[in-house]
Parts: sequence; C-alpha cells; structure tokens
Amino acid sequence: MGCGTSVATESQAKQSEKELTYKFFYSITQRADESPKAPSPALAIKAAVLIQRWYRRYMARIEIRRRYTWSIFQSIEYAGEQDQLQLSSFFTFMLDNFTHLGGESPDLISQFLDPTSDPMKEEGRAAKYEKIEVPDSYPGPHLSFPLTVAHTNALLRAFKQQQQHLHARYVLQLLHETKKFLKKMPNIIHLSTSYTKEITICGDLHGKLDDLLLIFYKNGLPSTENPYVFNGDFVDRGKKSVEILIILFAFLLLYPNDMHLNRGNHEDHIMNLRYGFTKEVMQKYRSHGREILLLLQDVFSLLPLATIIDNKVLIVHGGVSDMTDLDYLASIERHKFKSALRPPRMSIDSSQDKGRRKTKGQLPAQFSGGHRSISTRYSSNHLMKPSSGASLSPSSSSSLSSSIPESRRMSDVQEKDTSTTSNGQHPLHHRSISPAGILEVPFLDSDVTITPKVPSWEEMEWKQIVDLLWSDPKNQNGCSPNSFRGGGCYFGPDVTLTLLKKYRLKMLIRSHECKQEGYELCHDGQVITIFSASNYYEEGSNRGAYIKLGPDLVPRFFQYQVSKFTRRMTLQQRVSVAEGSALKSLREKLYAHRSELIAAFKQYDTYNTGKLKLTVLDGVCESFLGTVSTSDWASAVELVLRLDLPWRTLRSRLVRLAPDGSVEYLSCFEDLHMEQPIKEQVTPSLVETLYRYRTDLEIIFNMIDKDHSGLISIEEFRQTWRLFSSHLHIHVDNAAIDDLARSIDFNKDGSIDFNEFLEAFRVVHKLDSKEKH
Amino acid sequence: MAEEKESAEAMISEIHKQITDAFDVFDHEFNKTVDVREVGTIIRSLGCCPSEGELHDLLAEIEEEEPTGYIRFEKFLPTMTKVLMERRYRPIPEDVLLRAFEVLDQEKKGHLEPEELTKYMSEEGEPFTQEEMEEMLSAAVDPDKNVILYKDYVGMMTVEDN
Repeated sequence: MGCGTSVATESQAKQSEKELTYKFFYSITQRADESPKAPSPALAIKAAVLIQRWYRRYMARIEIRRRYTWSIFQSIEYAGEQDQLQLSSFFTFMLDNFTHLGGESPDLISQFLDPTSDPMKEEGRAAKYEKIEVPDSYPGPHLSFPLTVAHTNALLRAFKQQQQHLHARYVLQLLHETKKFLKKMPNIIHLSTSYTKEITICGDLHGKLDDLLLIFYKNGLPSTENPYVFNGDFVDRGKKSVEILIILFAFLLLYPNDMHLNRGNHEDHIMNLRYGFTKEVMQKYRSHGREILLLLQDVFSLLPLATIIDNKVLIVHGGVSDMTDLDYLASIERHKFKSALRPPRMSIDSSQDKGRRKTKGQLPAQFSGGHRSISTRYSSNHLMKPSSGASLSPSSSSSLSSSIPESRRMSDVQEKDTSTTSNGQHPLHHRSISPAGILEVPFLDSDVTITPKVPSWEEMEWKQIVDLLWSDPKNQNGCSPNSFRGGGCYFGPDVTLTLLKKYRLKMLIRSHECKQEGYELCHDGQVITIFSASNYYEEGSNRGAYIKLGPDLVPRFFQYQVSKFTRRMTLQQRVSVAEGSALKSLREKLYAHRSELIAAFKQYDTYNTGKLKLTVLDGVCESFLGTVSTSDWASAVELVLRLDLPWRTLRSRLVRLAPDGSVEYLSCFEDLHMEQPIKEQVTPSLVETLYRYRTDLEIIFNMIDKDHSGLISIEEFRQTWRLFSSHLHIHVDNAAIDDLARSIDFNKDGSIDFNEFLEAFRVVHKLDSKEKH
Repeated sequence: MAEEKESAEAMISEIHKQITDAFDVFDHEFNKTVDVREVGTIIRSLGCCPSEGELHDLLAEIEEEEPTGYIRFEKFLPTMTKVLMERRYRPIPEDVLLRAFEVLDQEKKGHLEPEELTKYMSEEGEPFTQEEMEEMLSAAVDPDKNVILYKDYVGMMTVEDN
C-alpha cells in the first residue's frame, strides 16, 4: 500500500503544474503592461489551451448533472410503476378472495375492476349513443360515420387551435366503431412496404399532443401514401391523452390499411388510475366519463399486440423474452386481458392445482410465526439492477415460477403491524404481498417446499402478453425478471438473436423507454428503441424521434423537440431546469420517508453530535443538529429509499455540510413543509404515511367514489382507510382516522371533499413560495 | 503516526467512494465498465481539469493493452486515486482564466468578436469541435452587442459552476 506515504507530500507533478500555471499568470501580467499588438504565438496557444481545458471541464460537469438528473427521473418513474403493480396485485388478491368489504354488499373493488358486462348488445349500444343530445351551442366538431378526411381535419383543427373537447356522444360513437373494427384484427398485423411505400414508426406519445402534431407537420398526415405505425403508450402523464386517442382512432377508421396501433403497457385501465389518464377523462367528461372509460377498457384490450413488416421487422411496445412464441401469441384471445397487471383470476374454486402450488424455498422467512418480517435479504442491488444472469429464482429466469423481489414497500412498513395475529382476520393476508407480484399468482397455502409451480395455460398466455408489453433490453446475455419495473423481463442480445433467427426476422423495433436522443440502438443494431414524446421528464430532458422504413428496411431516424420557449436555451439552462425538477422530486421522496431516514441517520450518529436544539418542524417535531459522515449518510439514504442513485455526487445538492465536512442530516428536510399545518391531534407518523401514499389513497378513493362527486362520506373514508392500511399492513388506530376525518370535514355535514383532503398533504418547497411572494 | 495513518486510510476510503459514485453514473451495463469516450467526463466531474493531452496520457495508463473500447473499474480506481491524492490537474483560478482571455484580446477592447474567439478555439491549442464551438458561443455571446464580454462571461460561468 503506497497510500501511507502520501499523506503530507505534494508530488513533483503537482509542483511543476503549479509552477506552470503561475508562470503563465505572471507572464500575462507582465505582457499586459507592455501591450504589444499581437501576443506571441506561443502565448496565444497557451491561452487557448487554458480556456479549452477549463471549458471542457465545465461541460463535463454539466454532462454529469444531466446524467444523474436522468437517473433520478427514471428511478422515480420505475419506482412508481412498481408501486402501481403492488397496488394492483393487492386488488387482485382482494377480488380473488374476498367478496365483501367490511360488510357492504356491493363489492366496490370488483365493480370497478371487473365490471359486469353490459347485457346490451352492440347494436343496442349504438342506438343508445345516437340518443345522446348534442346542444346547439356546442362549438366543436361533429362526427358521422363512416369518417371522412373532413372529419379528421376538423378534429385536428379543433384540438390544435381552438382547444375544444369532442362531445361525449362522438367520443362514444368513435370508440364504438373502433371497437368493432379492432375485433376483426388479428393479434399480430402483417404489413408490407410494397409499392415503395415508406412506413413511419412512432413510439410513446404519452398524451403529448404537441409532439403528435409536430410529427404530422414534419412527416405529413396519415394516408394511403403515408402509412404509420404507433407503438403504444398513447396515454398517461401528458395532458392531452384523450385528444391523441381520438385522432389516432379517427385515422385508424379512415385509413384502415395504412394506420396501425400496437398496444402499450399504458393502454391499461389500472395503469391509467395512477398515471393520469383516468383523471383526465373524468375531468373532461363529467357525466359520460365512466362510460367512456369502460368502453376504453375493451378498446385497449382489442389493440393488436405486434406488427411485422415484410416478415422481417417485428414491432412491439416493450420487448421479448426467451419464452416469446409468436405463433402462440397469434392464437390468444387478446381481448380477455383487460389489464396486463392482473394475472388471470385464480379463485379458490377454480384452481385445479392449488394443492401443488408452493412457495419457493427462498421465501419462507417471511411467513414464520405468522408475522411478516421486514426483508433485508433483498439488497438494493437485487431490486434495481439486472446483473448478468442474476435471477432470484434458481429456475429459468423468466419462467412464471421465478419470484419477484419483494416489494420495495415491504421495507417501508412499520414494525408495529399486528394485523395478522391480533385481530385474527385475514390469515391469508400477509401472504399476498410478496409473491403476489407480477410473475406470480397469489398462492393460498404457504408450505415451504421447492417444487416449481405448474402454470395454467391462462397464466402462460398472460405472461406472453406481459413480456411483450413490459420487457426492456439489456446488454448482457440472458433473460431475467425485470425487477426495476416489476413486470416483464430484461432480455439480452442472445435472446434477441435466437428470436430473430427463429422467425427469420431482421430486427426488433420497440419503445417503452425514454431515450435522450429519441431513439437508441442496441444488441448490435438489431434492437431499436423509438420514443416520440420529447421533453418527457421535463422541459429539455430529451428529444423525440420517429423512424421511416422503406423496402430496403434500413431505418432512417428523424428527431425533434417541442419547445415552449421561443428563445433557445443554452445547454446549461436546459440542464438546470431539468435538474431542478428532478431534485425537487427527490427531495419530496426524502421527505416522504423522513421518520425512517432520521432513525437510520441516528443509528450512524453514534456520538449524538451537536447540542440538543429544539426546532419546530410542521408544528409537531423536535429535532437536534446532528451530523454523520458522508459515507454513512449515503448508506442510510440508499437503504431507506432503495433508489439506486449516485448519492455522493448528489449530496451537495440535497444537504448542508458542517464545517468539518460531515453531513447535517436534517438539512435535507428543511426546504420542505406541508402547505397547511395539520392539527396537533394527528400524529406525525400518520401525516407522513398519508403523504407518502397519497397517490395510492387517491386511487382507492376514486374507485370508491362511484358517482365521481369528489365527496365521500365519513364511512367511505373509513373504508378507504381500511383497504389502504390492509394493503400496506399498517396498523393505524381507527380512532386516529376518525379524528382526522372529522378535522377535515370542515362544514360538518358528514362528508369530506377528498381533493381538499389530499391538498392538506401537499408539500411545498420553500423556494417556490419565495418566488411567489 | 497511527492517527495520521488512520485518517489517511479514511481519506482514501472516501476518495474511493467518490470515484465509484462518479464511475457508476456512466456504467450503463452495471458491469463495472464504462465506454472509453466517457472517461474524460468522469475524470473532470471528479474535480480535475486536465488538458486533452494530459487526458490522453492518463488513458494510456488506464486502458487495456489491447484497447477494447471499454475501461474497467479495476484499472480506473488506482490511477484515479493517485490523481486525486496528488491533487493533479487542479481547476484554473478565475483570474488566470481572465488573463487568458485578455491575451486573446489583442487590441485590448475588453471584449472579443465571435470570429476572433472562434478562430482561436477552433484552430489553436487543442481545437474545439464545431459542436463545442457552437455551444460556447450560444452562452458567451451577448445577444444585444453580438460580442463576447469575457469578463462577465467568466464571472457567470464560475458562479454557475459552483
């Protein structure tokens, strides 16, 4: 170890470098006085090198900020997807095993997730829509079927310039016609580039209408001469998902042979609950929204799963797995799978092989003694990164029997849960959480043996679809479960090669992942990712792109970026905007886990540094000025948040340093506070829990609030709460909930405005409020 | 002596972690390798300010005998640790930077024309690529006067950098 020698020495290299710099400096100052007309060439070169050197370092620092900003956005996005999967698997479990909720006769959850099929026949429905009145005052476009170019032009005009909504009647009629049309389509559509037609392929749009319009502007509208394939994820996140769907479906009906849509993982009503599409529909269509959403469920499930061009180019939204079987896929009845997030119903009576379903050998620890232990077996590595061949199950990585790493949320849950034993209800409860991940079916007996499960044919079908819609490519060989997202696989170049060979294909075009430049090649150019929503994470975060493919099947890429600002921002400004947004989200995440983080920090803060200082945070907390080393800080944060990010690099942006270089760990919470201080009777940990899970709460609430009034009764609030706490295995005092409900019921009429309730948990960044004042 | 050694070890350990952190940002395949073209960015993000020539020499130490296009962490870590311990390639102080601009400003106007700066940056020293040049100009050129007020520019950049 040569380390010991260089504690106090400065090397020769440094000395001479220092000398050079200062020599240069002095030579300049001397020269400045003499003011000759031209500097000596040698001096000019030295000056130039200095500036270039400095500039390159400056750019490198911007680059690394850009990179970690990206990582932050992506990590948080995928963590959200995982949360959604957990929520939906919970609903599945509830549906499969419990028909009543707290004694209420209508099963609220099943009514939403599994709507009873409308006995009205298709023709009957069409007549019903005809009867919906369109008032004379309606300024928007009118549709009649069959559609003509005039209709699509009117739609484009209305959405682009006049910002109008299409009347609910036309939306329903359009969806109805689309559904009829899609029913005739096979699962896999075959296209040809004959007649020297170039086909344009677009990726995720995610409700960004401006990007779609920009594509049409640059590339022309869809027509028989200008065919398009849209590769899924039309909705969610952006604000104009409804408009995008209307335009895409209208063109689909107008040019059935030249317009093709693939299903994406967001064409899924369960995803839409979390990511904004459901909300958008309900806000734009108050009275008919629910009907529109129900009809959309059918339409989404009828979207084709894949497109193949010239028998050589396969286009799917996510990717493939080592089990992907195109022939099998072609035979599936795709409309049965309304959501890729819900495994097929496995109710108690119907399962044949229930007796044979066992847990994997790895899982027993959680079920010992009937209490759920917080798993630390799954280190953050397992959760976030696909390492080569590392799968959590000993068997084939992508098979159904492979276990999903335990929900990140498991570690969040507080120790004081006693729900399984104390109140005696739901002895099956605790088993639902970890194995009810996307690739496993909730099992009903938890004996510990290692025989792999035998998947039913329904599960196999479902898995084929999930793989297609959720998988991501990776650079190492192999096929492992996609733990980052919680569904589908990571597939390596060998998987791609095998698949391409098997079906004599030339390449795979997919979307599903946001890319800086709008597109990216991998697997030796055999896999192309195409992403068409520019500025996806934030203004300036990325470009969008589309592909044009001619008979030569050589892809040409076209990039663009929608910009709200007429003035072009410098790279530094763009990066700063994006970085600011990412850091804000990250700070909110830290805030949401405050108690756990502080507990973790305190464990490292063995010296209890600093004086005991009483500070008031949110009116209810005390704190003291504590410090830990950077190393410990990073370890603690990584452990609690389970986000794989470069914490040391981010440290300076998140916390304050003490003079001795250690981290004042409470400083990362200082910038944030709840907008409205909560009354004192609500305990801090409850507040924090509500804040952290407010999205889940909102989703559950929206499912209960069937008339979408925005108001719920105290009883419904309690129900929401019960569902929610059983989902997370959090023991919360019912009395505390009642107190909370009453404190929110401002007008004391027995009902709560849920949006107001959620507003109470909105967190404000101090810097934001400073700007406002 | 023992204390010194302990604090030295702690310092090295901290340096190792810093290097690991920066490296991981670019390790897209999660297999402890990075593309060789990104190494310059990594080194610079760790606080060093080498010239292209110095970077080239450093790379020679880090690369495999048969260049693969990838740099392995096992080779990167010891070299980079030494660089940081020896405090090589320190950043340039603001006043020195200013003087450098003044050298290029032959007529002592207090500003540079875009063409002047472009000529120097693209032709002298370790020339910029067109992209680098465009990016620098986009931030450096005062939109009203269409010149580079280098004193303001340097001041602004140094603040932003911190």
